[in-house]
Amino acid sequence: MSPILEVKNLTKKYGGLTAVNDVSFEVSEREILSVIGPNGAGKSTLFKLISSFVKPTSGEVLFRGKRISGLLPHHVARMGVVRTFQETTIFKSMTVRENVIVSHHLRSKASLWGYFLGSGRAREDEEAFARSADEILGFLGLDDIANEVASNLPQGHLRALGIAIGLATNPTILLLDEPFAGMNHDETMRTVELVRNVRDRGVTVLLVEHDMPAVMKISDRIVVINFGQKIAEGSPVEIQQNEKVIEAYLGSEDDAIGI
Amino acid sequence: MKRNQIFALAAFLFVVLIGVPWLIQVTGRWDFYYTLTSVALLSIASAGVWLTFYIGRINIGQGAYALAGGYFSAILVTKLGVSFWLALPLAGIFTAVVSIFIGWPILRLRGVYFAMVTLVLTEVARLTALAMPVTNGAKGITSIPLPSGIASLENTKLGFYYVAVALMILVFAAMYRLVNSRIGHLCRSLQQNEELASSIGVNITYLRIIAYSISSFFGGIAGAMFVAISQSIYPSSFQVADSVNFMLNCFLGGLGYVFGPMLGTLVLYFGWDLLFQTGKLQLLIYSSLLILLMLVLPNGLLSIRLSSLFGDRK
Repeated sequence: MSPILEVKNLTKKYGGLTAVNDVSFEVSEREILSVIGPNGAGKSTLFKLISSFVKPTSGEVLFRGKRISGLLPHHVARMGVVRTFQETTIFKSMTVRENVIVSHHLRSKASLWGYFLGSGRAREDEEAFARSADEILGFLGLDDIANEVASNLPQGHLRALGIAIGLATNPTILLLDEPFAGMNHDETMRTVELVRNVRDRGVTVLLVEHDMPAVMKISDRIVVINFGQKIAEGSPVEIQQNEKVIEAYLGSEDDAIGI
Repeated sequence: MKRNQIFALAAFLFVVLIGVPWLIQVTGRWDFYYTLTSVALLSIASAGVWLTFYIGRINIGQGAYALAGGYFSAILVTKLGVSFWLALPLAGIFTAVVSIFIGWPILRLRGVYFAMVTLVLTEVARLTALAMPVTNGAKGITSIPLPSGIASLENTKLGFYYVAVALMILVFAAMYRLVNSRIGHLCRSLQQNEELASSIGVNITYLRIIAYSISSFFGGIAGAMFVAISQSIYPSSFQVADSVNFMLNCFLGGLGYVFGPMLGTLVLYFGWDLLFQTGKLQLLIYSSLLILLMLVLPNGLLSIRLSSLFGDRK
């Protein structure tokens, strides 16, 4: 399989601090790849670099062979690389359904004028978005709460809503930032299932995560970083046996890798 | 449109187009024409401010655009002999274009920082008007001829009233349409979370500038109309206090409701006038009442159950 996303020698320095140091890896189409690492390893920075919310000091990210580093986030989204957020970042005072409908923006065919004047295309868009939103909500099991105001939702639903927002953009790659953070076991297992389903829709998934058991369960491949550097890459089984990884996680968290 | 919305619209049109002129005729209070015309025009400028609130920006600079629009139309009419009816939309377009250049850098700022910069804008506009030869400095531009059509009317006040009300209806109809279309949803997505909006592919810079230039367009035409009525303009015609009032109108009416700025302007304008009899205490009572209102009704006057009628959110 040819790589759909290539991360090449990516480096990000903040003053004297090197948050990400010469990291390279590739993501293949339709795989679930997880980036893991201890706290402060540079996962979040790497994530922002890939979604182009932050510009790299050096190195680049290629999507289907085209450089996306340095483009504006909405351009990157337009190309098909869409991120969700670590915090429960949603449109708080909209309903769940409105959140998903508005996120269909990239599929718009009508112009702003068209929407203002209510052109035929605008009406087609509206209908198509509503239909697609209902499909996505059903797919993620959010249809019961479609008309709730988003700020009233519990954590687990918020995370699913975040994924729904991502799916609405019709992404080629969905970047998930800690999708399991703050979840209990049951919620995590449900979300794992959900992410798998997302992949089965044909979406490539790149996730940055803390929760080891979930990562081991869900990932096709894992990239481990520590102190901003890549220290290992491989299948979950390979990663569990990797000396460097064990060392990095040694101590309080060694049972967290599931050894 | 729902049935009660059509009813509300019809009632509104009846009151402003027939009811008010009839009442004024009966009571002989001709001065009310000027007052109500002012309210209509101020509410247009406030509608612009409301729109910037709608994309999550506190705009205290609408006075600058009202001043710019006023001067632009005054210069067109007096120096170039352009008809006022052409100068009016041109003034709006002029301020909209200016606002694109101003908005492009400053709209990156958020919260209080954007508010502070816009606060300075009004002062900058005043000083510019003072300094430039074409605006005639502190002496301003006076003896501007009345617009053709209105000049030949027997009752110019009534003429201006109808024009101002028609403009106001147009502006608010456009705003209502905008807010209830997909554009409104996109604006709300900006207001609530710009990062997320850009990650779903919204060009936030572009949308912000569009909203801001529409807002300034409203400021420009309101300013131009005012100048046509008073037949004069000075650097002090629109001041920082006016800019602040435009913002207060929005707060008072309710930031969640398209028609908030209209009601807010009406109440604030008449409230101030009614308190005139209290003399020295006018400002004290006025400001205390405002603070009280904002404490009791943080979502504005329209949150008192008019929402279902106008089909707004909440």
